[in-house]
Amino acid sequence: MEYKELNGDIRKEFPILNNSGAVYLDSAATTQKPSSVLESVGRYYLEDNANPLRGIYDLSVKATDDYEDARQAVADFINAKSASEIIFTRNATESLNLAAFSYGQSVLTPCDEIIVSTAEHHSNLLPWQTVAGITGAKVSFFDPEPDGSFDLNKLESMISDRTKIVAITHVSNVTGRINDIKTIAALAHKRGAVCVVDAAQSVAHLKTDVRDTDVDFLAFSGHKMYAPMGIGVLYVKENIAKDMPPFLYGGEMIDKVTKLSALYAPAPRKFEAGTVNVGGAVGLKSAIEFINAYGFEQIISLENSLSALAVDGIKKIPGAQIIGGDKACNHHGIVAFRIEGVHPHDVAQIFADENICVRAGHHCAEPLHKYFADISGEKVTSSTRMSVGIYNTKEDVEKFLGVLSEIRERMGY
Amino acid sequence: MGNSFYNEVINEHNLRPYHKHPLPGANFSLDGVNPSCGDEITLNLLIEDGVIKDGAFEGEGCAISQASADIMLELIIGKTESEAMRLYDLFNRMIKEGITEEEKDELEEAGLLESISHMPARVKCAVLGWRTMKEIVEK
Repeated sequence: MEYKELNGDIRKEFPILNNSGAVYLDSAATTQKPSSVLESVGRYYLEDNANPLRGIYDLSVKATDDYEDARQAVADFINAKSASEIIFTRNATESLNLAAFSYGQSVLTPCDEIIVSTAEHHSNLLPWQTVAGITGAKVSFFDPEPDGSFDLNKLESMISDRTKIVAITHVSNVTGRINDIKTIAALAHKRGAVCVVDAAQSVAHLKTDVRDTDVDFLAFSGHKMYAPMGIGVLYVKENIAKDMPPFLYGGEMIDKVTKLSALYAPAPRKFEAGTVNVGGAVGLKSAIEFINAYGFEQIISLENSLSALAVDGIKKIPGAQIIGGDKACNHHGIVAFRIEGVHPHDVAQIFADENICVRAGHHCAEPLHKYFADISGEKVTSSTRMSVGIYNTKEDVEKFLGVLSEIRERMGY
Repeated sequence: MGNSFYNEVINEHNLRPYHKHPLPGANFSLDGVNPSCGDEITLNLLIEDGVIKDGAFEGEGCAISQASADIMLELIIGKTESEAMRLYDLFNRMIKEGITEEEKDELEEAGLLESISHMPARVKCAVLGWRTMKEIVEK
């Protein structure tokens, strides 16, 4: 396949960059959307819109086709065996809640254990915490090493026959570390557990292959991969999904309903109660086409070079400390850091004053920040994070580093 | 350097606060928390016959929360409870809807936090100390 060359011209596909004049370094929170994605959503509403799935008339058939074409595009994108393994949700959070409340709640007993990594975003922690509370199962935590990596020998010795679920992120939203989900899934399977992967931070940045990695559940959001907000995906292996109960109940998810009972539709429809987000699914398909046009080889090369430039620059700044260590190759597009004596919200404020968008706080990963603060004996349990996307340039990172180098002085040091 | 909210006065109150220390003689103590920044302060006041005789704070947080609490204490120590509440009202109105120049003069250094009204994400930081003081006085 012939790829489109990835260079500065890509910024023309994102009018917001020019319109706002912002240096946008917060793609881990949400990416900007290219014109092609916005146009595809507009086209859907202008030409094909109707309530899909049940309508007899032409528009409804078109809307249904658009929706199912998007499902197939997602299946191809992550190399799923079949489109029926793709469930559309609102976002990764809803996907992980679906996995926890449908699968988790129906299989867990008080004898069972869920292993959750300490690096998880709250959306891959709180559903498990809650389902453990309901079922009596126990949540055990798999801690990273001080550099943010995971020692899989430790995980292997943690997993027992009691372990039913291993929940882990593909790429950490704080350290930017890639986890070896293929090995983790294999370790889980060896003891009869399933592996649930939060791919929110990886799908737009590296190739996802659910068949090669053999993970059982994989969740992600459209809005972190250049698609609109409000569309997300849960991949569930066919043989697991068929026995899972529905998560939400209502329209479009049944085969037959009586006053006292219901026969639910097969997956994925039984998990998609109510009118679905066809416009969002169309936008997601368009975002996949956008990513595929450039290909992951170019995307990875650009994004890693930008985060490496950031790491090399940050570590030269006195009083700066990078979460997850100073090794540039470990931070895949995401670099979180602290500046000694300056609260992360003040750091982000100074960047905001210069129209540079970075994020401050615990990035919805409070236990991970607490863990890093404890091992380094620090009080501050938050950080500032810069993260890159396909449209960022060397100049963006240089502007960021220029302001960063002035921060302690601006704060009166 | 660009135009920054962090001027010398704010930085000075953040880095070298006058009123950040324990206050063993305090008869009122209250914790104030701002979950959005993770700011946590404990405000200690010595109030006798309706007069705030002394006050201090402890805790951790962003520069705005720390400097604002320090500036507030500088203003309210020695004032009556009703005078302190009037200042609270002025500060609050300054951020929410704006006040006159004369009113701003009454707030002295706290008036420097006026531009926080353009930073909705940071308003909670600036009012943390004030809100905690108000809760103590109203109890």
